[in-house]
Amino acid sequence: MSEAVAHDDHHDHKPTGIGRWLFSTNHKDIGTMYLVFSLIMFFVGGAMAMVIRAELFQPGLQFVDPQFFNSMTTVHALVMIFGALMPAGVGLANWMIPMMIGAPDMAMPRMNNMSFWILPFAFTLLLLTFFMPGGAPAGGWTMYPPLVLQLGDGFPFLIFAVHFLGVSSIMGAINIIATVFNMRAPGMTFMRLPLFVWTWIITAFLLIASMPVLAGAVTMLLTDKYFGTAFFNAAGGGDPVLFQHIFWFFGHPEVYILVLPSFGIISQVIPTFSRKPLFGYASMVYATASIAFLSFFVWAHHMFTVGMPLTGELFFMYATMSIAVPTGVKIFNWMATMWKGSMTFETPMLFSIGVLFMFSIGGFSGLMMGITPVDFQYHDTYFIVAHFHYVIVPGIIYGVFAGVYYWLPKWTGVMYDEKLGKLHFWLSTISVNVLFFPMHFIGLAGMPRRIPDYNTIFTGWNQIISIGGFAFGLSQLILVWVVIKCARGQGEKATDQVWESAHGLEWTLSSPPPFHSFTTPPQVTDATAHS
Amino acid sequence: MQQGVERTATKLAIFAIAMFGFGYALVPLYDVFCEVVGINGKTGKVVEADIDRVDMDRLVTVEFDTNVNADFPWEFDSLSKKIAVHPGQVTEVEYVAVNRSDRRIVGRAVPSVAPTKASLYFNKTECFCFTEQALEPGEKKVMPVRFVVDADLPEKIKMMTLSYTFFEVSETDKVARSSSNENIKDNINNKTL
Repeated sequence: MSEAVAHDDHHDHKPTGIGRWLFSTNHKDIGTMYLVFSLIMFFVGGAMAMVIRAELFQPGLQFVDPQFFNSMTTVHALVMIFGALMPAGVGLANWMIPMMIGAPDMAMPRMNNMSFWILPFAFTLLLLTFFMPGGAPAGGWTMYPPLVLQLGDGFPFLIFAVHFLGVSSIMGAINIIATVFNMRAPGMTFMRLPLFVWTWIITAFLLIASMPVLAGAVTMLLTDKYFGTAFFNAAGGGDPVLFQHIFWFFGHPEVYILVLPSFGIISQVIPTFSRKPLFGYASMVYATASIAFLSFFVWAHHMFTVGMPLTGELFFMYATMSIAVPTGVKIFNWMATMWKGSMTFETPMLFSIGVLFMFSIGGFSGLMMGITPVDFQYHDTYFIVAHFHYVIVPGIIYGVFAGVYYWLPKWTGVMYDEKLGKLHFWLSTISVNVLFFPMHFIGLAGMPRRIPDYNTIFTGWNQIISIGGFAFGLSQLILVWVVIKCARGQGEKATDQVWESAHGLEWTLSSPPPFHSFTTPPQVTDATAHS
Repeated sequence: MQQGVERTATKLAIFAIAMFGFGYALVPLYDVFCEVVGINGKTGKVVEADIDRVDMDRLVTVEFDTNVNADFPWEFDSLSKKIAVHPGQVTEVEYVAVNRSDRRIVGRAVPSVAPTKASLYFNKTECFCFTEQALEPGEKKVMPVRFVVDADLPEKIKMMTLSYTFFEVSETDKVARSSSNENIKDNINNKTL
């Protein structure tokens, strides 16, 4: 085994200098780069959100012109989804999966390096469009034609950036599946895999199935604009609504690509701090798989208002509703895990409970919009903005935070500052609700999304929302501080197990773990398998 | 084990490439699906009129709607705004287009029928939308459309709208005309507008 995977001859002395990072084939270094990149993009996208909230603090136009405002909403979404959320998930997978399954490294370390280094190039292409004639993409992150075709010189840059991001995530996904399928330690059967690994296998399959479809859709946009094809051009016999179908065939599984790793993380964290094994392990695996499967049959609930026939609307309504069943199974299992457990509330646990509460709020507003007749009222209002931000920020990003706090002592060898961690949680939780909850109200009252100006009756709520937004943005600086302190080794020395009741292979390694995780594969038995 | 890794990776890569193809396959699938279930407002094929089956017992109102795409310098209108027809009865209406610009323009009209259910039963025996239309500067042209509403039209449909939008072919496809004009033509012909 080791000749195959121990790809280089240095065993525990790391390469030094910039070369260590540029040419790295080490899953931990690449994981770190993914996570740092994700954190940087989180602040880049966050800065754009701050511009949006500053502009919306008052009705009328204050700081930016409408075209730039539209670029802000568009690029904020692209940066957050492809730059912050997805790399954060891949970064955690890189760090944790080899350690969790008892492997020395990822299966294809060089490809791993490539899939990371594509990202900075892709985002350079995307962000360069701000300095081009015609400006940055401003037609919404969904890139609907014909509006997106009106973009100036930045258009091919947008398309190629999306292509690069797709290639990067497909390579990452192939690597993860190849690792888990081929490099598990002896005795690590599939039904003994930690749930984080399971959610990532399923996420990786979703990525491989859906990202190429997006690549196809944007290629059609490219040829429509420059090569005279007419996929989405009515004059040539095409149909712009077709793009929406293809896009959301990718777009809905993408939602689960983002959220499933977060589900995996809190399935690791909640048992640890409840001091009980995860309730219903097998049902968790099957529920995750069915969510992923169903995600391919619900895409048109994003486009109820395009004028589909009634049968279509009903089909997509019931299909959408049915996803609530496996999701409900998961929420139930997490609550049942906590039931009668000896719970303690360290920062990772707080963030996980935050996911349970606030992801459910987003889930319920999602159910509301899944009801076709009422969706016509909510469509393209701030209600949908509230919905998907509840799912993404306290659902997905909190899951990533939980994972970072949970594994940070393992990565760095020192405990993070618990006081700062709790401060981060509480400030974020208060501000995130001030930020997103009132959006439900103004959305139901009719405020449209993606518009820089609004009716003066919405002023009060918008000011509260903006204040919540600034507070949430500033609160995230605490996380940076916590991470920097840990990275510098400031803090109590962490034990190997770190948490009193943490189970799983990653906790049998030293903190920080050796450069190559398991050079001799550990024997896994029921007693040593996860929790 | 390295072999296993390579085998898994190859299979997954093939799967990814296949899904890229699937994205493209959605384009014809979408058209086939729309045609089979008769949605999307695309009207039926060119047909021979079947005058034996005229349903004299009921009347259906057909409205005519005309549009030109943004910045398309034609005036385009229908001579009758609405008309009551018996299902199965061949009816002819006329449209007028005037080129208000100072250059020769080739345009193509794209039809659609609402409600979408009705589009299955709306058949044209002659239409200016079957071919491209060229107008010299200032030229005016009267163009006929002959249509039949199928006698099998469900009872509950009492009214339908035929809408045309004129798109400029000469300008939007300047690049295209040299390279893939044939494709566009094929595309349009396949759709039997």
